[in-house]
Amino acid sequence: MIPSLFDYKRASSAAEAISLVTEYGEDAKFLAGGHSLLPLMKLRLAAPSVLVDIGRLKDLSYITDAGSYIAIGALTRHMDVETSPIVKQHVPLLACAAGHVGDPQVRHRGTIGGSIAHADSASDLPATTLALGATYVVQGASGTREIAATDFYKGFLESALQPDEMLTEIRVPKMNGAGWSFQKFNRRAQDWAIVGVAAWRGNGGSGVALVNMGSTPVLATDVATALASGASVADAAELAAAQADPQSDLNASAEYRVHLAKVLVRRALEEATK
Amino acid sequence: MKISVTVNGKTHESDVEPRTLLVQYVRDDLGLTGTNIGCDTSSCGACSLHLDGEAVKSCTVLAVQADGSQVTTIEGLVTDGKMHPMQDAFMQNHGLQCGFCTPGMVMAAISLLNENPDPTEDEVRMGLEGNLCRCTGYHNIVQSILACAKGGK
Repeated sequence: MIPSLFDYKRASSAAEAISLVTEYGEDAKFLAGGHSLLPLMKLRLAAPSVLVDIGRLKDLSYITDAGSYIAIGALTRHMDVETSPIVKQHVPLLACAAGHVGDPQVRHRGTIGGSIAHADSASDLPATTLALGATYVVQGASGTREIAATDFYKGFLESALQPDEMLTEIRVPKMNGAGWSFQKFNRRAQDWAIVGVAAWRGNGGSGVALVNMGSTPVLATDVATALASGASVADAAELAAAQADPQSDLNASAEYRVHLAKVLVRRALEEATK
Repeated sequence: MKISVTVNGKTHESDVEPRTLLVQYVRDDLGLTGTNIGCDTSSCGACSLHLDGEAVKSCTVLAVQADGSQVTTIEGLVTDGKMHPMQDAFMQNHGLQCGFCTPGMVMAAISLLNENPDPTEDEVRMGLEGNLCRCTGYHNIVQSILACAKGGK
């Protein structure tokens, strides 16, 4: 299978990339690692007429300790997030989730920014960064702005990114020793989650987000609120799917997904509760 | 578009359509058919080769993305007529049945040991999550990789 015809432009800087997509408008797509976009293009589910390759912008591949948060360049590959000592120390939930994306070959190419900008609710990193209260930094023709993960996901594969904006950095608050768990329920190791859960608990708070439980990643605030008001893990986990609207597909019915979400949130919170 | 790719040590200057996949480029343009196309959806790993030293699925990489890079395919593992130790380990441990997944398995296995030279059996199994064997011959594949890791010490 080969994609339909497109023009290929290689950007040598973020500014050039933004100017190229501004020029070509909605017909243009950024190409980072290509592991979300190229499969869609091969199936002809996406057919952008211009690809702007940002994969060589090495200055957007970095992981730095910025004090209260860890700053991760959008073009940092999953393998680099998974194995980073800084991420493992300060945001171990994210390192774990990055290690569950696809398989080693995919993690050698796919990037954290590409995965988040693609905004697939079945992907691991949108929900994980949502659970962790991340902020995304985006750059556009008119400047730079920050978008809270809670305001980013708008619908199925839809985000708050404008067509001429590029995600450049992911800022993830340090977990400061909070307990955590990443649960991924799937049939084969490399698959997308049928349902997944990213959860942390500690330092007087908690965060729980669900993978593949609706058209966007779902922040299960009802669970966190229940925990804050003293509910047991078992009781809080019963609220896991209260804010979700899962679909039925070949792998699972919506009802089964709701059941899975409750079970997986309970397991996650038991593991995260120290 | 003009690209320059070094494949198995030899630099090729080629003119490709931007939509050409890396696996098509090595198979159809360069005639290196050891790299197989299986699922063509980045699931099965049959098309695994090394791009700048790391295993990737070449059905999900554009040839233009490999411009300026080093590519190694299964054909590039033989030096002076001698098989790579991983190929030898697969042969000694009966690590293949029909052979279709084997080039991808070998390339993934070498990449795995580059990153983790002394893996446990579980780590080998998890490290192969991106490669499917349609004969389900995983046991001997895992044994082959463990044997190669031991032999390398």
